[in-house]
Order: sequence, then structure tokens, then C-alpha cells
Amino acid sequence: MSDFPLLSAMIFTPAAGAGLIILARQGMRQESPAQDGVMRAIALVATLITLGLNLWVLRAFDAQASGFQFVENVPWAPPFAYHVGLDGLSLSLVLLTTALMPLCILASRTITKRVASYMALFLILESTMIGVFSALDLILFYVFFEGGLIPMFIIIGVWGGANRVYAAFKFFLYTLLGSILMLVAMIAMAVMAGTTSIPELMRFSFAPQVQIWLWLAFFASFAVKLPMWPVHTWLPDAHVEAPTAGSVVLAAILLKMGGYGFLRFSLPMFPDASAYFTPMMFALSVIAVIYASLVAFRQTDMKKLIAYSSVAHMGFVTMGIFSGNTLGVQGAIFQMISHGIISGALFLCVGVVYDRMHTREIAAYGGLVNRMPVYAAFFLLFTLGNVGLPGTSGFIGEVLTMTGAFTVNAWVALGAALGMILSAVYALTLYRRVTLGVIENPKLQNMLDLDGTEWALFVPLAAAALLLGFAPHYVLEFTKAAAGVVVDGYSAALAAR
Amino acid sequence: MIELAILFAPAFAAAVAGLFQKPLGDRLCMALTTGLVLLAAGLSLYVFADLTWGGGQDRVIAIAPFVDVAGFTSNWSIRIDTLSAVMLVVVTSVSALVHVYSIGYMAQDPHRARFFSFLSLFTFAMLALVTANDFLQMFFGWEGVGLASYLLIGFWYHKPSANDAAIKAFVTNRVGDVGFALGIMACYLAYGTIAFDKLFAAIAANPHAGFHFEFLRAMGIHAALNAPALEVIGVLLFIGAMGKSAQLFLHVWLPDAMEGPTPVSALIHAATMVTAGVFMVCRVSPIYELAPFAAGMITITGAATALFAATVGLAQNDIKRVVAYSTCSQLGYMFFAAGVGAYGVAMFHLFTHAFFKALLFLGAGSVIHGLHHEQDMRQMGAVRRAMPLTWAAMLIGTLALIGFGLPGTSIGFAGFFSKDAAIEAAYAAGASGRFGGQFAFWASIAAAFLTSFYSWRLLFMTFEGKFRGAAHGNGHGHEQVHGHNDHAAHAEAAHAPALAAGAAPAHESPLVMLLPLGVLAFGATFAGMAFAGLFVGAGAPGFWNGALALAHGEAAHGHHEVPVWVVWAPLVVTLVGFVLAFLIYGLRAGVGAWIAKATGPLNAFLVHKWYFDEIYHVVWVNGAKGLGDLLWKGGDKRLIDGLGPHGAVAAMRLGARNLRRAQTGYLYHYSFLMLLAVVAFGAFALWTTGRLGG
Repeated sequence: MSDFPLLSAMIFTPAAGAGLIILARQGMRQESPAQDGVMRAIALVATLITLGLNLWVLRAFDAQASGFQFVENVPWAPPFAYHVGLDGLSLSLVLLTTALMPLCILASRTITKRVASYMALFLILESTMIGVFSALDLILFYVFFEGGLIPMFIIIGVWGGANRVYAAFKFFLYTLLGSILMLVAMIAMAVMAGTTSIPELMRFSFAPQVQIWLWLAFFASFAVKLPMWPVHTWLPDAHVEAPTAGSVVLAAILLKMGGYGFLRFSLPMFPDASAYFTPMMFALSVIAVIYASLVAFRQTDMKKLIAYSSVAHMGFVTMGIFSGNTLGVQGAIFQMISHGIISGALFLCVGVVYDRMHTREIAAYGGLVNRMPVYAAFFLLFTLGNVGLPGTSGFIGEVLTMTGAFTVNAWVALGAALGMILSAVYALTLYRRVTLGVIENPKLQNMLDLDGTEWALFVPLAAAALLLGFAPHYVLEFTKAAAGVVVDGYSAALAAR
Repeated sequence: MIELAILFAPAFAAAVAGLFQKPLGDRLCMALTTGLVLLAAGLSLYVFADLTWGGGQDRVIAIAPFVDVAGFTSNWSIRIDTLSAVMLVVVTSVSALVHVYSIGYMAQDPHRARFFSFLSLFTFAMLALVTANDFLQMFFGWEGVGLASYLLIGFWYHKPSANDAAIKAFVTNRVGDVGFALGIMACYLAYGTIAFDKLFAAIAANPHAGFHFEFLRAMGIHAALNAPALEVIGVLLFIGAMGKSAQLFLHVWLPDAMEGPTPVSALIHAATMVTAGVFMVCRVSPIYELAPFAAGMITITGAATALFAATVGLAQNDIKRVVAYSTCSQLGYMFFAAGVGAYGVAMFHLFTHAFFKALLFLGAGSVIHGLHHEQDMRQMGAVRRAMPLTWAAMLIGTLALIGFGLPGTSIGFAGFFSKDAAIEAAYAAGASGRFGGQFAFWASIAAAFLTSFYSWRLLFMTFEGKFRGAAHGNGHGHEQVHGHNDHAAHAEAAHAPALAAGAAPAHESPLVMLLPLGVLAFGATFAGMAFAGLFVGAGAPGFWNGALALAHGEAAHGHHEVPVWVVWAPLVVTLVGFVLAFLIYGLRAGVGAWIAKATGPLNAFLVHKWYFDEIYHVVWVNGAKGLGDLLWKGGDKRLIDGLGPHGAVAAMRLGARNLRRAQTGYLYHYSFLMLLAVVAFGAFALWTTGRLGG
């Protein structure tokens, strides 16, 4: 490998794009459609370059090796350091991020208000998201983790729907509350262990009593992010108000920071506390699956329904992680990637009809298949992915996490399995009410089927959902080493008790 | 190579016809799908013949890795043994015939390409199911056929009833699938593998593995701490089979599935998909051989379903629903045969049933087609004269269904060999004390009587007597869309003038529909005579070649060990059923209706299918809705938001208001507060030092 800081280039390319946009905006007097086009082009190119860099990283990455690769460690203000690196877990989530961002930029073509600022914020958001998954220093992680809050907050608050300010503040309140506790815990860890390096902290063993408090502080932050029941109510509101691309990023990537955090911090650094809290996590996971599925069934707003279904699917993630075995952890990672693809695609599906009708009310639709057969086909595919049908990526994550949990506690798996039934109920009901039947709302008579851009959005996502559904083996091999490190470390720590 | 072609020809056809229906056009899509499925059928016959007579070996063709995590390992593969070869033949041949038939039946439908694409997709998923070498691929096929079923039931998506039925089928199947999935997980937990061969080897090595339920001990319950793993696995897997094969309590979706086009009912909801549960039980027969409780559950459930569905079949007036309940009932026969250990008999009945039930459905479809989408038998009658070939096909199907044949000889229709073998196996099992055998025997005798009665009732009501439908030209069929309008109008115009009084305004179906009927009628007549020796006779051990657990050899070919009256009993009750049906529905019009009126509550009970749908609607549908509303409005909005963010905001507002009120501006208020503070701090200091001192 050359000395070129590939990972840093990946992290900061979007931010550089944002800088370029801001500079370009400064040089121009007034907004005009032509200028907006330039901004969009810069943003798209920046995200595509990032994706290209990521594919380069992917080629050079050694999936068999355990430990971090592409490590860059620059002392900064000791003990803090600019310390980044990738393993299979973080690289798969980074790839999810960089692959989705160009689609998000494309999906933002209906944004006409303050395009330059919007694009700049999205690019900054991308930098922070890549940063979160590749940071190997506590403080750096915190900076990226919190840094991502601000652009998202502004995106919802400025480009959101009618009730955007309420949603933005709810989002901010919840996530900030968790973050402050996490910051306190991080400072305590740095003081106790004398380092902020994440790989070193993974080898450090905290006293069990201390672990309990640290675990709870991190839990507060990750549980809100994921979100877990009962701190999930910010999510439906945030989704409803966010613009389409914002919803996609929120569901597909921001939520995954919670699951990533549990895998990167809670299990490796606080194994005793993780074991201690496992029954609670199992209970919360099963509640999330059943509760959120039942609530989703009763929603009248498309985005809210999908948001609640996200809560249910994240329940599988936490259940898998706290199974603490290879199946559960591998399944959780896979479920995060799969949910990123499928929920992102579902929010895009909502966006397609929202752009035409400007309503998310399910009752306003019905019979779309008559006018939009291609849309109906894509929507069906992603609905089935949400239901977890074998052949789509959704199935693999569910079956692996459930099997992982089953070997620990069969009743937890049984509870989560009820989610298999309920997801079919709410997802197929939604599909039926939106697309099937005859057109009754006269406004729908002139709906146009997907245009070229929308095809370009859906084809890669559909291909990914099917590819991961039929050949999950290759992704699982890719995350095997990283999952192995987490599981082996966890079981070794518990055995040593 | 041949095996790959069998599996992927339908998949390719489905993909091409589905993705390129616009550019290719309907005709090309129909030709492509039908042709490739016909090819798969030919190759399947070759594989079966090669395996049975040509010295072909059992084999597994690996295709690609699927999942491999910590011993939870699955590979995409094609397993060829007698069991899967039988299923290959059944699936591809019925599917090919249904494809051909649909060319005629769906001739006027504007979405034919989509229909054929779905049919081929179903065929692929079913083939993936039956050729699976491990549980995960089987589950893929299992849910894949469920998807195809959902798509085809809801094919006419503008009909609310079809959409309802599609979702109902999917969700009810999912209930079973949860059991299936948990059963797979239990296999992995107990034996560390989900691949069949490894699993059966592990079971043979350790048949008494157990599950410990530690949490029960924590709750203070000490009994039943250790459950035999194979029983748990067996019960869970069977729950999956109950969903897919519409057994009692999970049967509610099957009659509603008749909302789909009739060829779909023949292929998916009669001949193939619904038999997947039976196939699965036979595939894992080594488990049930060692799990007597789970096997007993299969026997009881199967026998109860056979009887229950037959009672409901008595009172249905929709021609397709009668056949649907008959399917449900016959699946019960297959299950209790498997439950008593006669897996060969179960598979044999599956095999023959595929022919005669597909024949009955396609025949019913021909009648419906001929009567311009009339399905109510009360609106039929005298159809025989207009549709003699369809009548002959239905007659053969009925004779095969009721199992007509000469006891003691090897002459009879297909059902005679398989169904009587099932009844005799149940008797033999009961006589040897196997759990549930006695019940299964008597239930199956009673069901055989009812089967005969409702089958002849169907024939008499449809084909004999006088036409009872609406007067000609009064628009039957006109409310139906799908392009059949033109067709209907054309047909009515054609024979409107020639109709005599009381004759049915029907027309015989085109050749493309009659041809599959002919092939199936041939099978329904001769399949039993031809294959009884292999499936359940002396050749069975060599034929199955270890694909089934044939521990109970005597049950597998029970013809020789049961008393004579047991051999004759099915024929006797069948004849009684015929005579009764003739007296009520064959002699004079109106007797049946009068009996229905006279038996009011009983008739209503049967017409409403024992009120299963009504009860399920209240308990499950309304229950889920109510609970969802409660959790959403009560839980999320009131409790969580109320105590959480909204509560916090309200508390802050309240605090701020009170703090503002404290800012009075009067000096003595502030000094009083300072005094209070000094006292409080002093007291705290004294208290802590006192504690320290103490």
C-alpha cells in the first residue's frame, strides 16, 4: 500500500466538495436555476469521487485479516490523536454510506430552495458519517458522531415539512441527551485508561462496577440513535418532516451509528456489563419488534409507517448483537446493511409519489399500478424485502439474528419471530392500499410512471437487495473477521470472569 | 446439467416474460414460458425414469454457496433422489399442463404475460423447494411459492376480494412459516447443522438430545425441564406444514385463495404448493420416526382436517370452493398417512391427487369458462349436454377422488389405490396401538362417505337436471371484466337462438383447454394401477431407496394384513354417499334446497365453515388493530411523548413560570430566601459533621 492517505481522502472529499460549493456560492450574486445545477453537479461529482475512492479501498482491503487496515495515526494533542482505520464492520457501513449518497443527491432534484446550502450540508453530513465509522479515537469519534447531528438538524429544520421545527427539536433533544452522557463517560474512560485510542481501549479491562456506568452512558446515546423502544418517538416525526433524501440518510445510515456503537464500544469494552444487561436488551428488542410492528399497522401516513417498521427492524439488530455469538453479530451487521438498502429504497418510493401528489396520506392513494406498473414492481420488491422474504437481503439478517438469539434464549427468538408475521401484515396492507385496486382519487389519473432519474435510483438498490438476498455469503465472508474479533473478545472476557 | 436446466428453465422464462412483457408481447411470452416449462417437464420425466429404471444414482449438484456462518451452512444445490424426482415430475408436468390450459383460459386477459411469468416463477420456487438439500434452501422455496401464491391470488388486482384473499393467504402462511423457521433453528441448536444428510446422521448418532429450559427453573417450575429435541423440532416443523398445506386452524386461507384464476387453483392450490407440507414431513421422516408425539400430532391433525373439510364441503355452493375443501380434506389423508409412518402412502396419495385434483379444478374452470364466469352451482344445471367432454373429465376426476375400484383386485381409479392404502395404514397403525391410528381410521371412513356425497352433489348440481341460471342475455358474466366480456357476448350470440328450454347456455371449451384435461384424465385413471407397486407395493423399498424412513414396512403396504371388512368399508360408504346424493340432488330439483332449509342452524354452521373466519376476524384482525391503536395513541403519544419530551418541556415551562413569579422585586423576599438558604446550608453542614463525628 502506498503512503497516500486514502481513508482521509475518502473522509474529506465530501467536505471539500462542500467547501467548493460555498466558495462558488460566494462568487455568485443570486440564486438561479443554472447555478443550482452547478451546485448539484459539484455535489454529485464529490459523492461519486468518494464512492470511487471507497471502491479502491475495497479492492485493496484484505478481508481475511483481523484488525484495522488503512490506519492513519497522527498525534494531535496527546493523548488525543487523529486516528482512523477500517475493519470489515466499518468498511461495510462506510460503503453503504458512500453508495447511497450519490442516490440521495439525485433524489434531491425536487429541492429548489437554497440548493447550495442544502448540498453543502449533505456533503458535510457524508464526511461526518464516514468519519464516525472509521474513527479510532474516542474524541474523534465523538466529534464526528455529534457533528452529524447539526447538518441533519438543519436539513430537517429548513427543508422539512409543515411541522419541521417541532420534529427538528425533538430529534435534537433526544440525541443530545444521549450524547452528553456519552461524553461524560468518554472523559471518564480517558482518565481511567490513560488513552483515547479505541483499539487500546478494546484491550483495556475496566472494573465491572465501572463498566455498568460506562455501559449505561453509551447505551443512552446508542439507544436513542438506533432507536430502541421506548426512546424511538423522535424517529417517526423526524422522518415525516424530513425531505426525501434526509429520510433516506436518516434511516439508512444515521440509525446504524447506534448499532455500530454497540458493536465497537459496548461489547468489546464493557463485556461484563453487556452480559449483565443482556436480558434487558433482549426484552427491549422483542418489545421493539412487536410494539413497533403493531403501531406501524395502524399508521395513516406512509412515512410514519416505514419509520415504525425501521424501529422493528432495528430490534433484530440489538437482539443479534446481544446474542453475543457469531450468528447474532454477523446477522446484526447484515441486517444493518440490508435495512440501509431497503428502508432507503422505501423512503425513495414514498418520495416518488410525494413529488407528484404532495401528500403522504395512504388514503389519498390506491390503484397506482394501473398508471405506474414499473413503480408498482419496484415498490413490491422493496416491500417484500421489508417483509424479509427469502431471496431478498431482509431475510438473511432476520434469520441469522433470530438463530443467534435462539441458541441463547429460544423465547426471545419466538418473540421476534412474531415480527415476521406482523411485518407481512403492515407491509402488504400498505402496498395494497397504495398500489392495488382501482384508481378512485381523480388526481391520480394523470400520474406518470418512473422517469429516467427514478429508474437510476431504483435499479442499483433493487440489484443490491436481490444480490445480497441470493448471495449473502460474500458479504458475510467480508465481515467475518471483524465479527470474529467482537465475538471472540466478548466470550474470552466472559470466560475470564 | 439436466438438473440445472429443469430448475432454471422456468426461472429464466419467468424473468424474461416478467421483465420484457412489453417488447416481447403476450404471444411470445406465453410461448416462451409454456415451452420452457414443457421442456422442464420432459427432462423431469427423464430424470425420474433414469432413477427408477435406468440405474441413475441419487446425487446432489452443488451450485453456489448461500450462507455459511458458524455451522449454519446452506448451499444452493439440487438434490436428486426418488422423493425429489417424484415431486419434479408432479410439479413440472402439472405446471406444463396448466400453462397450456391457460393459453385458452386466459385468452382474453390483457395481462396474460404477467400471468404466465408468475406461473413460471411459481414453478421455479416449487422446484427449488423440492430439490433443496438443506433447510434454508427449502425455506427459500417455501416462502417463494408463498409469494407466487400471493401474486396469483391477487392477480386480478382491481378486485378487493382478491387483494384481501392474497394478503390472508400470505399472512396465514407466515404464521406457519414462523413455526417452520423456529424448527430450523431448533435443528441447528440441537444438532449444529441444517443440511439434511448431516442432520439425519447426527440424529442417528444422538436421537435423545434434549432442550433444557433453565428459565423455568428460575420461575420455580421444576417439571418438564428437559424436552426431547426431536419432538420440539417435529412439532415446530409441522406447524409450518399446517400453514402451507391448509390444515385445521391454519386452513382459512385456502378457500379464499379461489379468488385467483382457476388454473392457479389447479396448479398451486390443489396439485403442488399445498402438498409441500406433506413433502416436507416425508423429507424429514427420520425425525418423525423418532418423535412419536409429533407424529401423533400429525395423525390427529390430518384426520381431523380430513373430516372437518369434508363436512364443510357438503354445504358449499361455489363450485371451486367445494373442490377447495375437498383438497383440504385430501391433504388431511396424506398427513395422517405420514403421521402413522406410511410415508410411501402419503407420497403416493400426493402423486395421484395431483392428477385428479388438477383435473377437477381444470374441469371446474372449463365449466366456469363455458358459463361465462358463473361459479355458483345453484345457477348451473344441465351443462352435460353442452359440455360433454368436460363432463367426462369431471366424472373421471370424481371417480378417482372418491377412490372407486374393486377391492381385492388391481383395478380402479388412481385414488382407489392411494386413498384406500391410507385408510388401511391408519387401521393397521391403530391395531398395533400407534397413537391416533384408530381415530384416523374412523375419521377417514366418515370423510370418505362425505367425499363421495359432496362430489356427486357437485356433478348432479352442475351437469344434470335443468338449467337454473339467469334467463339468457340477462347479463351473467357481464360484471366480469378481463376481456371475457367480448368473449361472452360472442359466445352468447352464437348459440342464443338454438337453446331449448332448460338447456344451459354454455359452450364446450377450446381444444387447448381440453387437451390438458385429457392428459390428466388419463393420469387419474391409470396412475394408481401403474405405480401402486412401486410407491406402496412390494417394490417400495427399492423404489424409495432410502429417501423415506420406511421403518414400518407393514404400514407401507397394508393391503395384506388388514381384515376384509376394512378393505371393503371405503367402497361401501362411497356407494352409500352416491345413493344419497342421487336421491337428494339427482332425482328431483329442490330436495337439496329443502333439506338445507330444514336443517337451518346445522346448515348455517356448515355454510359458514364452522365460523372460523368470523372468529379469527374478531380475535386476530380486530385484536391487532385494537392493540396497535392502543400502543400508538396510548403508548407512544400519551405515555412516552407525554412523560418524555412533552413532559420535559411542560415541566420546564412550569418551572420557568414559578421562577419568574419568584422574581418579585421586593427586597424582603430576597433576604428571606437568603436566610432560608443560610439555615439550610448550616443544617446540612452540622448533619454531615455529626455523621463524620459519629
